[in-house]
Amino acid sequence: MPAVSKGDGMRGLAVFISDIRNCKSKEAEIKRINKELANIRSKFKGDKALDGYSKKKYVCKLLFIFLLGHDIDFGHMEAVNLLSSNRYTEKQIGYLFISVLVNSNSELIRLINNAIKNDLASRNPTFMGLALHCIANVGSREMAEAFAGEIPKILVAGDTMDSVKQSAALCLLRLYRTSPDLVPMGDWTSRVVHLLNDQHLGVVTAATSLITTLAQKNPEEFKTSVSLAVSRLSRIVTSASTDLQDYTYYFVPAPWLSVKLLRLLQCYPPPEDPAVRGRLTECLETILNKAQEPPKSKKVQHSNAKNAVLFEAISLIIHHDSEPNLLVRACNQLGQFLQHRETNLRYLALESMCTLASSEFSHEAVKTHIETVTNALKTERDVSVRQRAVDLLYAMCDRSNAQQIVAEMLSYLETADYSIREEIVLKVAILAEKYAVDYTWYVDTILNLIRIAGDYVSEEVWYRVIQIVINRDDVQGYAAKTVFEALQAPACHENLVKVGGYILGEFGNLIAGDPRSSPLIQFNLLHSKFHLCSVPTRALLLSTYIKFVNLFPEVKTTIQDVLRSDSQLKNADVELQQRAVEYLRLSTVASTDILATVLEEMPPFPERESSILAKLKKKKGPSTVTDLEEAKRERSADINGGPEPAPASASATSTPSPSADLLGLGAAPPAPVGPPPSSGGLLVDVFSDSPSAVAPLAPGSEDNFARFVCKNNGVLFENQLLQIGLKSEFRQNLGRMFIFYGNKTSTQFLSFTPTLICSDDLRANLSLQTKPVDPTVDGGAQVQQVVNIECVSDFTEAPVLNIQFRYGGTFQNVSVKLPITLNKFFQPTEMASQDFFQRWKQLSNPQQEVQNIFKAKHPMDTEITKAKIIGFGSALLEEVDPNPANFVGAGIIHTKTTQIGCLLRLEPNLQAQMYRLTLRTSKETVSQRLCELLSEQF
Amino acid sequence: RFQHQSEDTQQQIIRETFHLVSKRDENVCNFLEGGLLIGGSDNKLIYRHYATLYFVFCVDSSESELGILDLIQVFVETLDKCFENVCELDLIFHVDKVHNILAEMVMGGMVLETNMNEIVTQIDAQNKLEKSEAGLAGAPARAVSAVKNMNLPEIPRNINIGDISIKVPNLPSFK
Repeated sequence: MPAVSKGDGMRGLAVFISDIRNCKSKEAEIKRINKELANIRSKFKGDKALDGYSKKKYVCKLLFIFLLGHDIDFGHMEAVNLLSSNRYTEKQIGYLFISVLVNSNSELIRLINNAIKNDLASRNPTFMGLALHCIANVGSREMAEAFAGEIPKILVAGDTMDSVKQSAALCLLRLYRTSPDLVPMGDWTSRVVHLLNDQHLGVVTAATSLITTLAQKNPEEFKTSVSLAVSRLSRIVTSASTDLQDYTYYFVPAPWLSVKLLRLLQCYPPPEDPAVRGRLTECLETILNKAQEPPKSKKVQHSNAKNAVLFEAISLIIHHDSEPNLLVRACNQLGQFLQHRETNLRYLALESMCTLASSEFSHEAVKTHIETVTNALKTERDVSVRQRAVDLLYAMCDRSNAQQIVAEMLSYLETADYSIREEIVLKVAILAEKYAVDYTWYVDTILNLIRIAGDYVSEEVWYRVIQIVINRDDVQGYAAKTVFEALQAPACHENLVKVGGYILGEFGNLIAGDPRSSPLIQFNLLHSKFHLCSVPTRALLLSTYIKFVNLFPEVKTTIQDVLRSDSQLKNADVELQQRAVEYLRLSTVASTDILATVLEEMPPFPERESSILAKLKKKKGPSTVTDLEEAKRERSADINGGPEPAPASASATSTPSPSADLLGLGAAPPAPVGPPPSSGGLLVDVFSDSPSAVAPLAPGSEDNFARFVCKNNGVLFENQLLQIGLKSEFRQNLGRMFIFYGNKTSTQFLSFTPTLICSDDLRANLSLQTKPVDPTVDGGAQVQQVVNIECVSDFTEAPVLNIQFRYGGTFQNVSVKLPITLNKFFQPTEMASQDFFQRWKQLSNPQQEVQNIFKAKHPMDTEITKAKIIGFGSALLEEVDPNPANFVGAGIIHTKTTQIGCLLRLEPNLQAQMYRLTLRTSKETVSQRLCELLSEQF
Repeated sequence: RFQHQSEDTQQQIIRETFHLVSKRDENVCNFLEGGLLIGGSDNKLIYRHYATLYFVFCVDSSESELGILDLIQVFVETLDKCFENVCELDLIFHVDKVHNILAEMVMGGMVLETNMNEIVTQIDAQNKLEKSEAGLAGAPARAVSAVKNMNLPEIPRNINIGDISIKVPNLPSFK
């Protein structure tokens, strides 16, 4: 080799690269590469031992060839040899080759590990750096096994150079992500936390990344990082832009580190120590204030960095969800960004607002931006941004704006990008179902959906509309009429034919009285579509025909003729042929009685999770949808939930979903979403070792309990380890509650024992039955427990649910109040004004009336109040009270022994922000208890 | 979560990414949700466009979007310092160097260092080492001078998928 080329450039490599670049065609390139490969192979196989430089050059060529997209199946050994060179350049190329080309299963790993071990022990910071990089890049289990014990030592050793510390922190993070079980927690953890105080901001940044990930899984061990992170953040935020010198990026002090620290804080609830909390609030305010200052530079980098910090601060505010003042400021700030000329900011603002929409404090504030968001849907040029706008509309939707939002989405659907159509269809279908007050609107919406975007309407959507129509007899006639009209269109989507066929087959009789939709006309209409349809649809139509034979004896012969035709009886498709033969036979031999039994109207579907929701979840990935979904569901349950007024609507009014997954238990929530504020973070009482003791009620349990008085579904409890979700239904004096226990960690829970505890008094009045659950709950898994409930007589207390289990080495003990309350056994009663006052007077005995005057705890919104009264279980009687501002309700509490009629009246006083609630029932204890329960709700 | 992908898949990811990114207009936002290969909605592509080059990072939700845009800027500015007016050819002829620089910033898919001076210092130190090892071998021949043909391929070859945090090619693979 000529000495001159031994510089930083490898001449042979440069020549090879320019050769490749000169190739005029793909074939020429491949030819040149093959020639080179042959050359390298012969050099490697040759007798002459290659010197380090040549090895390096050839390995580098192989690397280049690989990066061009060609497979490399040799040279690994030479690369491994380079690792043990003493020359930096050779070692470096060796490591590079291995990082890029050696996959984690390679057999060479043992040799590589050996070389790495030597370099780690070398005390040469450059070599140590290379070795750590290689571990981080490959990150295989074998490497974790070999080095997971060693790296923490390097990380916290006093004499380690800063740059090596940085690499070690990230290397450990990488290993923890791939093989968490192999990274031992230990003494080093507390020392790692103190790296947050390190002089070198690069070390702090790397350490923060590491701690954030570790803290998500081991919150207790890293709890002390909160106050350190807050003080570090505060020092950065208040520093002048020159203080941090090199870490100031376009006049923004250490933006990257600020973002990381704000992320770390999102692993924890708001700090308990008032001083720390105050300091953090100050920081967040400062960040929000800075957003309003004029920019220090016109460069986009400046505003990018500034806004990166701002968005992260807003995420933290949303995560804490505890400072209404900050939340409102955050919402206003995002509102400004919604109209910003930078597309990136509009995109991020829409995204953040989605999470903001799920907070109680800011949901209303978010809703005020509806016009801007729908406008974005129409005018944004970028599909990424439009997608976010759709998400936000979905998140901000509630009963008050559902019609508007669904209409906007439907009109957007006509022009929407193909890539997001299916998702919009699902969203529209879900919103239409969830917020339908009027089921004719629901049917119209879904049929519109099929008309506009039939191809994107998945089976789940049309199955669901059929389930709902079958379960609600008040909409069946309308549905039949509407599909009949929709089918008149000369070209209609096959999905419409399916829905139409099914619905007319079940309910065609409801419109057969009208001569314009007589049985024969219905049949001819459907049959005109028959030949254009695919096999499954034809099969469905054949079933419709046989149902017609039962519904309308007058068209029996027409239908038999159709079934008898060759195209049916001799159809090449087995399924169609079989149906035709069997249906024809059935219609000929069976008596009308048998026909009527066999072809009876479909029974109502059991209440089940909306399959559409499951589909949307699948599409979006579990973690993203569930949280939003959960928040949505909780909110809608506040309005819509509660004991359902009538069995017929059981599946419909809200979208109650027994699927445990819906509760978001299946997946650990992503970093920014933590436990709801009411459950206050780390609530688990860690007892030393006393498995028999029952923990005191978890803080926040009372609040959570109150939230369930007017609704039946939601998350009852959540901490860093465990989430408890509930779904329940009640009918008369009976009820059933599904309790879902979700293991949020990746570690098994052992000896998992939930117990229901009732006082003797309570046990006499309320009977609970349940089976024990499996004592092992796998990481990320969830188990379900069913509690059967019978109300024997009226009761006041609530049962306590105690859960004990082992997690890692510790014993966990949690108690929460289970929201089974007297009002759950309400049956609403409608009555006219006159009846109401007559009964009201009958219950005038002073023991029968209980009255409470109290201050409003929530905004006095008429609609919400109405929803709560309905959720509470009584009927809401309109136009009964002479004063229209008042609310009156009536219902019957069912117990096994007796039924108790209840009347209630709620008088709001807007000026004083007070309510007066009066309850009259035939039993004093019932009046008392109901009044207590309901007073807590306003 | 971080898996090794076969060479074919890697190439496919690069093609898909290029396809997604290159047809986007100038004034749309710099974020887009990954295609199928990039692994679901938790991952985002974040890119910046400089003349004929796209710098694309694939990140998961643990990183701040605007932060990554800044990181790309730092990367490019650093390249510019190290190569003195960086151009595509530098990136092609010094694949190894570029990898080194990226390795100083991103390690195993995680952000290591964001301070440009710090990065440049490290790179300089490496260059010194390199020179000292070359010993008395004389002035290094500038590889670029060997290149006569300057016409660029229609499609920029260097699509950089530095992948932060998870998935996709085994490492910030640089083509």
